Amino acid sequence: MLGILASIIDGLLVGLVYGLGAMGLTLIWGVMDVINLTHGAMMVAGMFALYLLTDAFGLSPYAVLPPALIGGFFAGILLYWIAIHRMIGRPPLMSLLSTFSVNLVLIGIGTAVWGTALFNVSVSVPGLSIGRYTFPGAHILAAVLAAVIAWLLYLFLHHTRLGKAIRAVANNREAAELVAIPTTRVLAVSVGIGVALAAVSGALIGTLFPFTVLSGDGYQLKGFVVTVLGGLGNPVGALLGGLALGLLEGLVAPFVPVSWTLVIEFTLFVLVLIAFPRGIFSSRRGAL
Amino acid sequence: MLRRPFFWIITAVVAIFAILPVLGNNVDLRESLIIAALYITLASNLNLMLGYAGYINFGSIVFFGLGGYICVWLVSAQRWPLDASLLTAGACVSILALVFGLGILRLRGAFFALATIGINEAVQAFVENFGPWGGSSGIYLSQTIFDPLGGAAQALWAIYFLMVLVMGLSLYLSYAIKASKFGMGLLAIGQNENVAAILGVPTPLYKALVYSASAFLPAIAGGLYFLKSSFIQPSDAFDLTLSTEVIVIVMLGGQGTVTGVALGAYLYEDLRGYLLTSETFSHFQLVVAGVLLLLIVQFFPGGLMGFIYRQFPRTQKVLE
Repeated sequence: MLGILASIIDGLLVGLVYGLGAMGLTLIWGVMDVINLTHGAMMVAGMFALYLLTDAFGLSPYAVLPPALIGGFFAGILLYWIAIHRMIGRPPLMSLLSTFSVNLVLIGIGTAVWGTALFNVSVSVPGLSIGRYTFPGAHILAAVLAAVIAWLLYLFLHHTRLGKAIRAVANNREAAELVAIPTTRVLAVSVGIGVALAAVSGALIGTLFPFTVLSGDGYQLKGFVVTVLGGLGNPVGALLGGLALGLLEGLVAPFVPVSWTLVIEFTLFVLVLIAFPRGIFSSRRGAL
Repeated sequence: MLRRPFFWIITAVVAIFAILPVLGNNVDLRESLIIAALYITLASNLNLMLGYAGYINFGSIVFFGLGGYICVWLVSAQRWPLDASLLTAGACVSILALVFGLGILRLRGAFFALATIGINEAVQAFVENFGPWGGSSGIYLSQTIFDPLGGAAQALWAIYFLMVLVMGLSLYLSYAIKASKFGMGLLAIGQNENVAAILGVPTPLYKALVYSASAFLPAIAGGLYFLKSSFIQPSDAFDLTLSTEVIVIVMLGGQGTVTGVALGAYLYEDLRGYLLTSETFSHFQLVVAGVLLLLIVQFFPGGLMGFIYRQFPRTQKVLE
């Protein structure tokens, strides 16, 4: 019984990190109704930034987070101008295809350079022991950092001029334009933030689990599950969705082999989509 | 149907595919044409969803892979004859797609796309864990299964002709649907789903039906392909490269057109042949496919047929 409880707590810790990544996905959807199919590849980019920087410069894994955030931001702005700008206002099919094609390019470069070998970043953080159970320090630290970054994002969206502009554009782009908000720039910045969150959550996940160039697809699917649980376009919901997914993973982990979790999560995803097409935790549309 | 010129164009293409390699018993040509036929089959069935109904299906490779698995399993473990296995594989996958489609296709646009990405991951994860199908190591077929056909060499020819037949049926199906009331409904959904629903198109039913219809022939093609290689494993059956290539083909040829998709498949097969043999590009196949797709989506959303229609408006009357 206690073992299950420990597994659930560990699941919740990891779930917070999933939630952070999904906030990026949901932010982009909320602002411009575009699903960013490069999400998984950008998470992998974060993982590889972590691997390369710790390996080459001997940096502490956590010192890699600021460069991952900044690099992700600029990658996101680039992504906006390459793949998304011309797709705004066109059928969803087109933006899906265009972000998908960037994803292909990234995965293609990744597999050509690194192959599909497994990479691992060793992190030594003392764990927290309670009774017979030890919670890995890396998991606790990753969860805390994810929560802090999510809180900073919330403050940014609600208390800065640019953050308020992003929310205004999400609510009604024409009206935002009327009050002289430079909407194109705001859209580009939102994609930048969204990708930065993907990269930083990727780097955090890289401190927890080993990864390959192709890991992104699985995490991207988790991201979809989380956003659908939380309601697409709702960052706070995404964090709650992440916790819910972590809870589920923790609950099934003692009973089912790890390789089945994707099947279970996908089944859940379909059921939630059918039963609650607007998400479980979503209050209203445009809740950004 | 029989009086339309386009029907005879399809028939001529199928006949050329069937006759060319037989002249001079050209096995190399047969091997490259069977891949072209496979591409055309997969692409024209994806086109039913993507081009007609305007719904992107990122998981169309699932039909191919599952069809391959069901067929290979029936042949190897259940000792079923080849023809019955192929048809059963097609029927099973089609029924699964209908059941899944009825649930998931009530969702609109982007949500449906997410679900199709998920189904790819989930089915692959399922197959990798599924004991009777050999898990991640897959299933091997012994050559004795080809004995009723008179040995492996004869069987490869039989498989080739069947693949060409499946390709022909895919093209006829695309054409027949486009010319029917059902096809009109789908095209209306592709243009504007709300308006289509108001005009009385039963949108969820039509979407589920076309999703299921687009599963049948790719599943049989999967069965044929993996019978030919006598071996199936998850990474081949649910190959990321193949599934993305099919999307590139549909967009390259021109979504929503029958001719364009076949033309795109043929051109892409040529390009791929070049990429695979080139020193520099053989590792960058996905990158090239991605860049090509990005350029098409951004600058030429009509694809090749869009270009041809604009340059030669008269072709619109003949080429569908």
